[in-house]
Amino acid sequence: MLSTLDPGSPAARRGLSDISIRNLFILPTIAFLIVFNIFPLIYSLGYSFTDFRASFNAPAHFVGLQNYRDLLHDEHVWNNFSVTAKYVLLSVGGQVLMGFGVAMLLNRRIPFKGLITTLLLLPMMMSMVVVGLFWELLYSPSWGIVDYALHLEDFDWLSNPNVALYAIAITDIWMWSPFVMLLCLAGLSAIPQHLYEAAAIDRASRWYTFTRITLPLVTPLLLIAIIFRTMEAFKTFDLAFIMSTQETTELIAIKLYRLAFQEWQTGQSCALAYMVLIMVLAITNIYVKYLNRVKER
Amino acid sequence: MAAVQSARQKALNRAAIAVVLVATVVYLVPIYWITSTAFKPRALATTVPPTVLFKPESTAFIKLFTKRVQMIGEVDPQVYEKAPWWEQRIYALGERFIKDANGNIELSAYPNRFFNSLVIAVASTFLAVAMGTLTAYGFSRFRMPGEQDWLFFILSTRMLPPVVVAIPMFLMYRVVGLVDTHVGLIILYTAFNLSFSVWLMKGFLDEIPKEYEEAALVDGYTRMEAFFKIVLPQAATGIAATAVFCFITAWNEYAFALMMTNRRAQTAPPFIPSQLGSGITDWTAIAAGTVLFLLPVAIFTFLLRKHLLRGVTFGAIRK
Repeated sequence: MLSTLDPGSPAARRGLSDISIRNLFILPTIAFLIVFNIFPLIYSLGYSFTDFRASFNAPAHFVGLQNYRDLLHDEHVWNNFSVTAKYVLLSVGGQVLMGFGVAMLLNRRIPFKGLITTLLLLPMMMSMVVVGLFWELLYSPSWGIVDYALHLEDFDWLSNPNVALYAIAITDIWMWSPFVMLLCLAGLSAIPQHLYEAAAIDRASRWYTFTRITLPLVTPLLLIAIIFRTMEAFKTFDLAFIMSTQETTELIAIKLYRLAFQEWQTGQSCALAYMVLIMVLAITNIYVKYLNRVKER
Repeated sequence: MAAVQSARQKALNRAAIAVVLVATVVYLVPIYWITSTAFKPRALATTVPPTVLFKPESTAFIKLFTKRVQMIGEVDPQVYEKAPWWEQRIYALGERFIKDANGNIELSAYPNRFFNSLVIAVASTFLAVAMGTLTAYGFSRFRMPGEQDWLFFILSTRMLPPVVVAIPMFLMYRVVGLVDTHVGLIILYTAFNLSFSVWLMKGFLDEIPKEYEEAALVDGYTRMEAFFKIVLPQAATGIAATAVFCFITAWNEYAFALMMTNRRAQTAPPFIPSQLGSGITDWTAIAAGTVLFLLPVAIFTFLLRKHLLRGVTFGAIRK
């Protein structure tokens, strides 16, 4: 991408040098992100070693690794992590099945295909809060249309501790399957038709064609979708926070919020935030690697 | 599709189309339901079995924008006659508007929250896209030591869970007095969208042949002039798409808004569910608030449809 002109040419000597333009364009953004993202994180790393509580005016005391030790010994926190893991598996698994399935169905000549695709993509552009809110309306036990459609009388999806997490995962699947579908569709439509024609001439079975041509060629994009959705599902706050207050749906992000802004255990919440942060950065790293790999193709 | 299709393949194709059409309709039911609830009379919103056919009315929207109280006794027929149609609607429900000393109707908090959302989303989008475009140009056209690492750093700020960032930001904002202010949220949303805007814009800018600028440089333009007069117009579509994505993200954002605002600068997302708790839930008014809130997103999604894939993959995949 290098396009620097020959430094001796007259064009390069007019105006600002390329180096100073580059710095002028890039450095403000990096400075902005450092001030408003990295600096706060350093600040909270400091607090994670103290017993600071933002609701009191008491000065913070250094407690070393006590916060981390307490969190690792707290059964509730382990429960939060296992709820989160279950939620990630449920919702990402569902999205992959639905998204890939619909993409396979859509990958043919279909009337109003453009319109259908756009309509399917609408939910993922919506606010999670608003989606959570109107699914609450749909799940309502006495008059919600979910119960009516399934002939379940007064089945309470969101107040039932055993079901609430599934109900939230279903909402998430509804909202984000189109994301997986969009990526799979891009992968499917990029498969050269002549591969299928060659397979047909060789009288390859449908299953063989699917596992040897379709699947391997869609996999890179599908993986991107899976990693991205895993990361987002791991961070989920809005949807579960709006839809349920059950202990069985307390995802790690919700725990973090309660610890920081309801119990005001600022020091401890900073420690938990760091644990979450490290996990998210690990997934991000994998994600970017895949993104770059696909980009190079 | 293969040129010659067997009868079996044709049948399979038809079946697939039928499944897709049915699935699309089922899939859209939740959106239809919330929209129709906004136009239902309150009594029909929570019936068993659910009401599908009804005469749509705008009462929920009137309620959404106003403050009302239950009336004791009947309204004076003369007052009723003189009142405009939307006030008659409210009288018919046995309620009346709360008015100030001058007889002006007091508005509910909704228009204010909606306006906050608009101001904060527009301002942060402008900042994020302006800075992002410049930075993307820098990365797209010049060499930078450790370029990939910087780009990863920029992207990773986007992936931080909002709650993690919000805890220290809240403490810092409290010190400088930015809690519950528009500026505070604008800064947060700009930082949140900036990385996205850099990545997306870099994809768009990489597609513009650098020969255009080089020709301009040879013609005597400076680098700056070439950027503003040649590159920016070429990138207009990309800038518009990036702006729409940033706007939607800021418009929808909930977690930061919940933690950083409570009244003055509160945006619509934390406000809409907070109505749920107060007294008997009026789902028609909540649905009306939701539908108005979703309207810009629906319009933008339709306009963006060609760029969605690019947007959701941070510019990595183009169609």
